[in-house]
Amino acid sequence: MGLIWDGLREAVELLSRGDRALYSTAARSLYVSGVATLVSLALGVLAGAFLAFQRFRGRALALAFVNTGMGLPPVVVGLVVAIMLWRSGPLGDLHLIYTVWAMVLAQAVLTFPIVTGFTAAALAAQPPELRLQLLGLGASRWQALWLLLKEARLPLLAAVMAAFGAAVSEVGASMMVGGNIAGETRVLTTAVVLETSRGEFAPAIALSIILLLLVFAVNLVLTGVQLRGR
Amino acid sequence: MAPKLALRGVVVQRGGRDVLTVDALSVDGGEVLAVIGPNGAGKSTLLQVAALLLRPQRGEVRFDGAAVGADTLGLRRRLALAMQAPHLVQGSVLDNAALGLALRGVPARQRRERARAWLRRFGVEALAARAANRLSGGEAQRVSLARAFAVEPELLLLDEPFSGLDEATRGQLLDDLAGALQETGVTTVFVTHDRAEALRLADRVAVLIGGRLRQAGSAAAVFGAPVDEEVAAFVGVETIVAGRVVEVRDGLATIAVGGQRLTALAPPHAGENVRVCIRPEDVVIQLPKAEAPASSARNLLLGTVTEVRPRGPEARVVIDCGFALVATVTRLSVEEMGLAPGARVAASIKATALHLLPGH
Repeated sequence: MGLIWDGLREAVELLSRGDRALYSTAARSLYVSGVATLVSLALGVLAGAFLAFQRFRGRALALAFVNTGMGLPPVVVGLVVAIMLWRSGPLGDLHLIYTVWAMVLAQAVLTFPIVTGFTAAALAAQPPELRLQLLGLGASRWQALWLLLKEARLPLLAAVMAAFGAAVSEVGASMMVGGNIAGETRVLTTAVVLETSRGEFAPAIALSIILLLLVFAVNLVLTGVQLRGR
Repeated sequence: MAPKLALRGVVVQRGGRDVLTVDALSVDGGEVLAVIGPNGAGKSTLLQVAALLLRPQRGEVRFDGAAVGADTLGLRRRLALAMQAPHLVQGSVLDNAALGLALRGVPARQRRERARAWLRRFGVEALAARAANRLSGGEAQRVSLARAFAVEPELLLLDEPFSGLDEATRGQLLDDLAGALQETGVTTVFVTHDRAEALRLADRVAVLIGGRLRQAGSAAAVFGAPVDEEVAAFVGVETIVAGRVVEVRDGLATIAVGGQRLTALAPPHAGENVRVCIRPEDVVIQLPKAEAPASSARNLLLGTVTEVRPRGPEARVVIDCGFALVATVTRLSVEEMGLAPGARVAASIKATALHLLPGH
């Protein structure tokens, strides 16, 4: 019990002192996962719309892949991205391994199926006649898609929350492709792993509290948007 | 001048099955065409083809004389569709009424003015600022119609816009729509399963049954001279009996039906076996003991009432006069004449009210 208590007290002290390293790690987490979520949102919405509206051979298989991908193990994503970005790998010339961009890429890959799956489901849940009605009023295909996405904004915000949550909380991929370099690629989750492995529980608890607060704050904002849009 | 819209040899298939077959159908500029038929007849499919939203597997669709190709956006912006459900999107009522104009890139101020004018025309201008998802069914349908009219389409397509509404709301909206159609003179295809709506709004009527266009023509032609038994039954002919032409003289045919002789205008197709179609509102019932009135009706049939069923202010009366003859009379007449099963009556029908179909 004493261990937890001491840890908590020290954590509050670290937080209130405004420890620079602590807060820059938190900012990096927000940045990496935020950019990754935006990237997967842009691509996943298009892929989801394609799956929802296009009838093609292998569509069921593609949907099954996407649904499997929604539970993709981060270490597998980390391994694949690491191989691709390795100096002798196919994308080695980009020199991205052990940079934040490698982490953004890994988290975008991780969250892309989540956004795609949510989008396909949200669009498929709209009445099919709504799309016909919009086209029948003179909408182009892109205009119709935009209006349908606006109609499906509530489940789409849920997709954003799920994607950001998955990105900011994963540790395996970030560790593998980022390398947990202090001041460069260290994010909240990798820092927690490091401190815990060293037996430094106080900073680990402080980092965990920040991580939880960060996820909560982002979800609070998005939930507010969701409720207002009702 | 080429018709506004023309369909030729159109076949739509779903799952390898023909769900719509239209040999030829056209709508001239300024005309209101009602497409009628029972539920599941393919009416909405036909409307989707007309709205250029569904490309038929076979056949040709022409808009203003030009064949419709793969890229339909330019043509779709010259028409407007209003469906059975209003399908309003998020935003205010005014946003919704202006949606078609916004999609066409009409400047904000101009589109708000036009949308507001059409909301006023359909009696819902007061709701302009309200959220679209806070409307009653009738209000939403009015907004949907205003939205379609606001784009000032060359071709207006309406898919059963009244089917979800209660009787009172429907009647009033029907009046408003009739007024708007007359005022704008817009070419319109109007789908409905309600014959009264079709009669009220349409210049011409097309009948779709079982996925096939059966007949198209003036309301008088379709309702008075249906081409086959199914069309006849759908357009409200309740008595269809087999008969045999026994004599044709001076353009009049004498037909033997169930032991009676009927006089009708001689059909152009002089087959011996015919089916006689009689609309219930064309049958006049009188009491047999009364002096036969000086009347021009060529057919006077004696019979016994077998059934009286009230239907609103009217009653449907079935008379056995050698065959079952269905008549509609007012409920007042039922009371005054004492019409009840077993009552002896005489029924008179003008020769011109009989419509003959070729027999089997």
